[in-house]
Amino acid sequence: MLEKIFQDDAWEPVDRFSIHVRDEPVSAFLSRQIHIATEHGGTLNPFDLEEYIHHQGFAALRKCLESYTPAQIIDQIAESGLRGRGGAGFHSATKWRKVRESPGEIKYVICNGDEGDPGAFMDRMLLESFPFRVIEGMIIAAYAVGASEAIFYVRAEYPLALKVLRRALALCEGNGYIGGNILGSDYSIHFHIAEGAGAFVSGEETALLASVEGKRSIPRIRPPYPAEKGLWDQPTLINNVETYSLVPWILREGAESFAALGTATSKGTKVFALAGKVKRGGLIEVPMGITIREVVNEIGGGVADGRQFKAVQVGGPSGGCVPAALADTPIDFEALQSIGAIMGSGGLVVLDDTDCMVDISRYFLQFTQNESCGKCTLCRIGSKRMLEIVTRLCEGKGRPQDIGILEELSAGMKAASFCGLGKTAPNPVLTSLRYFREEYLAHVEGRCPAGKCKALIRYRIEDHCIGCTICAQHCPVGAIHSIPYQLHTIDDSLCVRCDMCRSACPEKAVKVV
Amino acid sequence: MRRLGYKPHALIEALHTVQETFGYIDEDALKYLSRALRIPLSQVYGVATFYHYFSMKPQGKHTCVVCMGTACYIKGTGQILNNLENAYSIKAGETTPDGGLSLLTARCLGACGIAPAVVLDGVVIGHADPAHFNARVEEKLKQ
Repeated sequence: MLEKIFQDDAWEPVDRFSIHVRDEPVSAFLSRQIHIATEHGGTLNPFDLEEYIHHQGFAALRKCLESYTPAQIIDQIAESGLRGRGGAGFHSATKWRKVRESPGEIKYVICNGDEGDPGAFMDRMLLESFPFRVIEGMIIAAYAVGASEAIFYVRAEYPLALKVLRRALALCEGNGYIGGNILGSDYSIHFHIAEGAGAFVSGEETALLASVEGKRSIPRIRPPYPAEKGLWDQPTLINNVETYSLVPWILREGAESFAALGTATSKGTKVFALAGKVKRGGLIEVPMGITIREVVNEIGGGVADGRQFKAVQVGGPSGGCVPAALADTPIDFEALQSIGAIMGSGGLVVLDDTDCMVDISRYFLQFTQNESCGKCTLCRIGSKRMLEIVTRLCEGKGRPQDIGILEELSAGMKAASFCGLGKTAPNPVLTSLRYFREEYLAHVEGRCPAGKCKALIRYRIEDHCIGCTICAQHCPVGAIHSIPYQLHTIDDSLCVRCDMCRSACPEKAVKVV
Repeated sequence: MRRLGYKPHALIEALHTVQETFGYIDEDALKYLSRALRIPLSQVYGVATFYHYFSMKPQGKHTCVVCMGTACYIKGTGQILNNLENAYSIKAGETTPDGGLSLLTARCLGACGIAPAVVLDGVVIGHADPAHFNARVEEKLKQ
């Protein structure tokens, strides 16, 4: 017995009993991720300042106040290669430097938490889970640019984020992290919260400023950029929530550790909201340069319900649809732009073969048409006309010349709109026209290959119907003629295409044709 | 408003307060704000109607907000909305004539992880099933 114990080969290898063993799906979901903005996700209590400090919280701020000059901080950010995470990918250091150099009696720092893209929720999650990290990033930014007022602009649709933020700011104030002479230095900063009121265009920086000033959020022409003349005509730094939450890590771990991640032009990590038809959706943080396929197949576990991976919608209503064939494109600002999509704020919505691209375009156009502030004619009226055309296609009333008109309007809208909303609104149409043109052509002919557009499809019951009458019981309009144990039939003139029969059928005998 | 020092930029916050207190913003409230903040009534009206969050009509007893975010849309909230519109013969954004139900849509609830999501009387319902959702609303209306 003793001999057996002393002999190594009688033992199971110890690592099999590691307490860190994860289930395979968990491991696949987490192993490719690198957590910077979402560091200690799931373990940090957003209401506990002590806990945040124990996890090296405010270490970067202390380091900055004690041993760096503002110019040195900006140099560090420049070295790290950090680019704005709000969508356009502007170099943060350039913006910071500009604000620092602009003359003004009082300077402002604003955190843009007006996350409007449908299908994106990383700002909400960062504000709700890591309010202290965002605050720390903002204080560092404010110190670097010489600002004394900081403002959070957060959507009113995020009540929890607002509540967490208010509590976090009060805690920081009580402990001397914000207010007068923070951490014993001679630097003072004050925070305010401004609530949005449900306008997508408020996410555009000049529109956001108008909204903070209590006006309608309508963008204005740039230059002058907010960095020179922003809020109340004073130099203002506006960055996204995610950008600020990356700042403490960069200054704590060093710019070179951040620059080591990612590709040549896009450094660090990006938080994505992975949603749609994947097995495992959720918030993920991945290094730049990872391919779309890796995200969908490895992290997301592939497309759910055994369906086929068709496309990924990247960047919300300003982005585009990347077809499965191009899924090996790495995620970085330039690579995505070259295929017609944009990084955007980071929504990744996976589409499968039951999603109709024309319908998706219609959806996004409806959104942008609704949210257009109405200042530029081409955006205001162009989006309306485009929506009419695409709706016509979905209803089977398309005309052959419609596709040409769509392309013409898109080009006009891109050229003649002021802000990002109008300039990028045609992107979903343009990319789907580029990669899924045959679907548009099919709609002109009156077919919907994905079986989504109601006017172009019919329901039929196939021969392997067992005659159980379940479909007839579910049908809201009584369009199914059913005799028990006999093949049921659908009266097409009564059918409203509600899909209830198909989802109710135990034998999957109801088909869309 | 006193808290905000009667400054013109307090308008949006003041509108939020009005909506929170009364449930909607009526003409009297607009006139009052215009006087108190010394902003032209046209501008107050402009701001109140520009933002989707502010409502100028009283809401029904129950509200049902259907999320029209991308993830929810492709998972079938369009279907849910359609069914509800047909069942109560109102369009999104309207209230039933008896004031029982207001049907609204949201841009995105940021709850894409549990798509399709619907908010019924302030409670978020995830993984809403298009085929059975009408029954759920009906049940709520009876209460």
